[in-house]
Amino acid sequence: MLPDLRDDFPLLARTVRNGRSLVYLDSGATAQKPRAVLEAEDAFYREHNGAVARGAHILAEEATEAFESARADVAELIGASSDEVVWTSGATAAINLVANGMLQASLGAGGAEAERFRLGPGDRIVVTELEHHANLIPWQQLAARTGAELAWIPVDDAGGLRYDEVEAVITPATRVVAFSHASNVTGAVTDVEAIVHRAREVGAITVLDGCQSVPHLPVNVAELGVDLMAFSGHKMLGPTGIGALWGRKEILDALPPSQFGGSAIRVVTMESTTWLEAPQRFEPGTQPVAQAVGMAAAARYLMDLGMENVARHEARIAQILREGAVEMPGVRLLGAVGDPAAIDVLGLAAVVVDGVHAHDVGQVLDDRGITVRVGHHCAQPLHRRLGVTGSTRASAHVYTTEDDAHAFIEALAAVREFFGVAA
Amino acid sequence: MSLESMYQQVIMDHAREGHGRGLVEIDLPHRGESHQVNTTCGDEVTLRVGVEGDTLARIAWEGQGCSISQASISVLSELLEGESLATADQTFEAFRALMQSKGEHLDEEREDLLGDATAFVGVGKYPARIKCALLGWMALQDALIQARGASSAGAEGGTA
Repeated sequence: MLPDLRDDFPLLARTVRNGRSLVYLDSGATAQKPRAVLEAEDAFYREHNGAVARGAHILAEEATEAFESARADVAELIGASSDEVVWTSGATAAINLVANGMLQASLGAGGAEAERFRLGPGDRIVVTELEHHANLIPWQQLAARTGAELAWIPVDDAGGLRYDEVEAVITPATRVVAFSHASNVTGAVTDVEAIVHRAREVGAITVLDGCQSVPHLPVNVAELGVDLMAFSGHKMLGPTGIGALWGRKEILDALPPSQFGGSAIRVVTMESTTWLEAPQRFEPGTQPVAQAVGMAAAARYLMDLGMENVARHEARIAQILREGAVEMPGVRLLGAVGDPAAIDVLGLAAVVVDGVHAHDVGQVLDDRGITVRVGHHCAQPLHRRLGVTGSTRASAHVYTTEDDAHAFIEALAAVREFFGVAA
Repeated sequence: MSLESMYQQVIMDHAREGHGRGLVEIDLPHRGESHQVNTTCGDEVTLRVGVEGDTLARIAWEGQGCSISQASISVLSELLEGESLATADQTFEAFRALMQSKGEHLDEEREDLLGDATAFVGVGKYPARIKCALLGWMALQDALIQARGASSAGAEGGTA
């Protein structure tokens, strides 16, 4: 378990409506920032700001050093080497980088090396029914533009992935399989091995959405066996505007870039351009350097806590949230309760209060200083499959206390009372 | 502001009753229909109007959403069915002003027009909920543009 870390997070000390203390339970949407992150970003601007990889003066040197050592820190968090980490503006941009790279290949870019990324009629792209829109729409659009077919691993009535369908959905025609490491709605942690095993059998590239796993669980890309993984800075205690794509080096070196500009190039003539190797080939233009430095500070903060400890702490929060929700009459928990001891579920609970719309639930909680996410959480297909338009989600991070989780459950009871739906 | 002042009893009652709910066919020559979605939450409403001369003769709707959006549609149906088009326009403008008032009451003249709809004054303090309260009103405005286009040759439609 973790010590009480609230003092590390300045924002958590503020009061909200009517002077109430803040119960922050919207970390699945965006996490609060520890002082270490705020100070790292601030110190970069105050002391080291300069053009990265573009000059011979001392500030250019220091900024380049800060930028590249940030890359190494973030790589260490996920068990990767730093030349396999590409900076992006966020996880959405990272997934689009892969999908658009495959589109470029399908249009003929990248030569013989990019053959494995070329899609056309007869090819299949596989996702799952529980994906966040950011890991669905890029693939849907790639399919529409290349003539490939989009298929998905379905979920059952309780929102669990149908692993018994993996073999049938991932056909020999499948070229890419994109899936979440953990659902931002049900909290379920995916059995990555079950999907990677089948994807390898058919020679498909695997793309993991690590947005909800990297901030909360020990993640080691070598052990996971996937080919590419996207994750975001702001959900792992870092700044907004920064995220990363990890990929196996030979894949990144062969994937054609889809954004073009300065710094990503080897030789440019008026007629043509040759690219640098990864990761630089994917980083044209001035990069979000201070944000990268901030994200690295977040990675170090998490590594100092120990990701095993983080996962165990959040498992305890998961237990209070999820068991509390299922025990309450008139409240439906989306997804299985899970076994927090086995860490097969994240520290979150998305619930539906019978007879009360999620916006109304959120309003009552807000009045008590409890901040949650309401709506479909960018997972409309999953909500539709579960027969609801939206839900109310409480989600935790390292600073979440057991009291926070209890406050959410108590507030659900108050919601039922307020709207007259309590028995 | 307390929760009770946002969810006033009149709002809770309208959310339950849903005045005008039921998407019946409107058998009038001048009619319009609009479907509006609140992209934040996926709430939606389909609203039909029928115009006779200068009168907003019929309003019918079906929708799903939070208590604020549903109550607001119910209130506007009760308030405006049978009223003149001029009154409907003025009421719409008054309601929009109420939403922009950050929780302050309007002048007496406009509050008289709004009737039960003044109960939504508390919503103006919560920017995220203003869209909920306006959902049905946007549908009404859009449907009326169509109905008017059908009733006076040459009138151009606009967008809600």
